[in-house]
Amino acid sequence: MLINDGIITPEELKCALPPEERYKKGPVAIIECLQDIPCDPCVSACPVKAIQMKEGITDKPVLDFEKCTGCGLCVPKCPGLAIFIVQKNIAPGKAAVSISYELLPIPVKDQMVTLLDRAGKEVGEGKVIRVINPPAYDKTAVVTVEVPEEKVMDVRAVRVKSGGQS
Amino acid sequence: MSRKTEVFVIGGGPAGLSAAIVAAELGAETLLVDDSAKLGGQLIKQTHRFFGSSNRDAGIRGISIASKLCKDVENLKGRLTVLKNTAAVGFYSNNEVGILSQNAYERVAYQRAIVCTGATENSLAFENNDLPGVYGAGGVQTLMNVHGIRPGHKILMVGSGNIGLIVSYQLIQAGVEVVGLVEGLPTIGGYLVHASKIRRLGVPIYTSHTILQAIGETHVEGATLSRVDERFQPVPNTEFEIKCDCICLAVGLTPLIDLFQQAHCRMVHIGELGGLVPLHDSGMKTTNPDVYVAGDASGIEEATTAILGGRIAGARAYESLHGKSEKADQIVAEAKEELKTLRSGSTGERIRWGRERVLKEVGAC
Amino acid sequence: MSSLRIEAHPVLDFPTPKKVKFFFEGKEYEGYEGEPIAAALHAAGVKMLRRSPQKNRARGFFCAIGRCSSCIMEVDGEVNIMTCITPLKEGMQVKMQKGHGTIKP
Repeated sequence: MLINDGIITPEELKCALPPEERYKKGPVAIIECLQDIPCDPCVSACPVKAIQMKEGITDKPVLDFEKCTGCGLCVPKCPGLAIFIVQKNIAPGKAAVSISYELLPIPVKDQMVTLLDRAGKEVGEGKVIRVINPPAYDKTAVVTVEVPEEKVMDVRAVRVKSGGQS
Repeated sequence: MSRKTEVFVIGGGPAGLSAAIVAAELGAETLLVDDSAKLGGQLIKQTHRFFGSSNRDAGIRGISIASKLCKDVENLKGRLTVLKNTAAVGFYSNNEVGILSQNAYERVAYQRAIVCTGATENSLAFENNDLPGVYGAGGVQTLMNVHGIRPGHKILMVGSGNIGLIVSYQLIQAGVEVVGLVEGLPTIGGYLVHASKIRRLGVPIYTSHTILQAIGETHVEGATLSRVDERFQPVPNTEFEIKCDCICLAVGLTPLIDLFQQAHCRMVHIGELGGLVPLHDSGMKTTNPDVYVAGDASGIEEATTAILGGRIAGARAYESLHGKSEKADQIVAEAKEELKTLRSGSTGERIRWGRERVLKEVGAC
Repeated sequence: MSSLRIEAHPVLDFPTPKKVKFFFEGKEYEGYEGEPIAAALHAAGVKMLRRSPQKNRARGFFCAIGRCSSCIMEVDGEVNIMTCITPLKEGMQVKMQKGHGTIKP
C-alpha cells in the first residue's frame, strides 16, 4: 500500500487511469497523485485546461482524459514528479513512458537504460526515445523511454547504467 | 555603539525576509539581522520544487525563492538595513536587543521587533546516537547543498516526514546511496509523492521500524534496526543490521524560543506546533505588544506559510507604528486567504488544530 | 572510494574557490578557502573532531549551523571554536581540543 511503503498498488492506481479506448487516440498523462496535498502547479501548466481541482488546491487533481493531448508540459512542473505520459502501441509490442528525471548523468537519445518499477526493482532495459531539457524546465529533464507493452504500467523510473544509485 | 530602528527583524529566513520586505515597502525604517553568512535560512538548501499554490512560488525550487527574496531586499536599500553574521543574543527590558557580530557587541533600540528565529532539530534516543556520522537533516543539507560535500557514501534516513523524504531524494541527487528510510509509525508521515519518488529509485521504506543503535567506535559503520509493535516497542528477534557510514535524523523540529521568553512573551505548549511557542494573535503579535513572531518560531510548518506569516507580521508591525493602512490591510487579507487554503484538507489538520488553540488561548488572556 | 566532494550536481552549481593548505593535528590537509573548517575536514575524511570531556566519547559535527557545539575545536591556539561556521584560511592550525580546553590569557 502506498501509505505504508510508498508503492502505489494496481488497485490504488485505478482511479488515475484513463479508459482503455483513450490509449488508441495517442499519448495521455497519468497523474499518480493520490493524496489531498496543498499543491496545484499542474493545473496552470496544462495548456488545454484538462486538469482541475474541484475543492481548491488541497484537492486531488482530476484529468479530463478526452481534453488531454499528452503534450507533457505538466510533467516537469509537478513538484512530486508524479506525472507520467504513457503512449501505447508505438510499434508492435512497444509502448513509451515519459518520466521526470533530475539526476546525473542525464541519458541521451538512443541510449539503453535500466527500467525500474515503482519499488525500484529492475524490470528490463529500454531505449531512450527522447530527452527534453530546455531552460524553461529548470533542470527537470523529461526522458521518454521505449518499454515492452506489458510493462507500460510498471515502469516509472530509469537508471543510467554507469555507476551510482541513479 | 548603539543603533535605532522602527522595525527590528531577527532572522533572515523566509519569514524574517518577508516581514522585513513588507515593513520596509510600506515605509517603516527596518533593520534585519541574521547569524549566518548568507540570507535565506533553510531555503538556500532546498533544491526541490515547492508545493502550494502557483500564485505563490509553487513549482519553483526553494533556492530560487531565496534569490527572489534577496533581490527584493536589495531593492529596498536605504529603508532596509541588513546585518549578516550577526546574532541577536538578548532582549533588555527597555525595548533594546543586544546583537553580536564577529568582533562587536551593539545594542539595537527598536519600536517593534519581529522575531523569526526558526527552529532547531530534534534528536532521537538510541544507543550511540552521539557517534560522529549521526547528523541532523538540516546539517546534512547544509554540508551537501551549501558546501558541496556529501555526508558519506551510504546513509540511513530516520523519519518519514517531508524533511526525511525530501532530504533522501536530495542525497540521491548528490550521489549518496540511501540504504533505507526508517519510520516508527505504520504509515508514511510526509507527502506520498515524495515517498514514491525515492521508493522507485530503490530506497526501502521501513515503516513500523526503529533504530536501536548506531554501530561503530569513532564513527558510524552501520545501524541495528528492529520492527516495533503498535506501542512503538521493539519486537524481539526482529533486529537486523544495515551497513552505512552515516545516519541522518529527520525526526522533527522544535521552535527556537529563548528570545521570546526574554521579552516576557507568554508561552504555550502545543504539540501540533512543535512544542513551546509564544502566544500570538492572528496578526502575529505576541503578548508583548512590541514583539511579533513569524515562521517556525510561531509553530513548525514550512517555508510558504512562513513567508505568509512574515508578511502579516511585517504589515501589522508597520500599522501599529504608522496607523491604519489600506495597503497593509490588503497584504494581510491576501496572506490570510492563502494560509487558509494551504492549511485546508487532511494534511493540514494538525496545523489547523494547533493554530486554533493558539488563537483560543490568546483570546482567553 | 570516491571523494565526498560533489563534482557535478543535477540542480546546483558549486563554484570552485581557491585551494588552501591547513593543518589538522600537525598533518597537512587541503581545503577550499572560506568553507567551514569542519566541512574541509569532513571532505578530507576526518569525522572525529574531538572527544567529550567527561566520557571521552568521539564527537563529530552535527547541526552545521553553529548551534549545537558538537564541532568545537582548537584553532590557531584558541579553544572552543565552532568549526562548522568558522571559515577556513590558509595555514590554519586545527587541533582536537583536550577536555574543555584552556583559555589563554
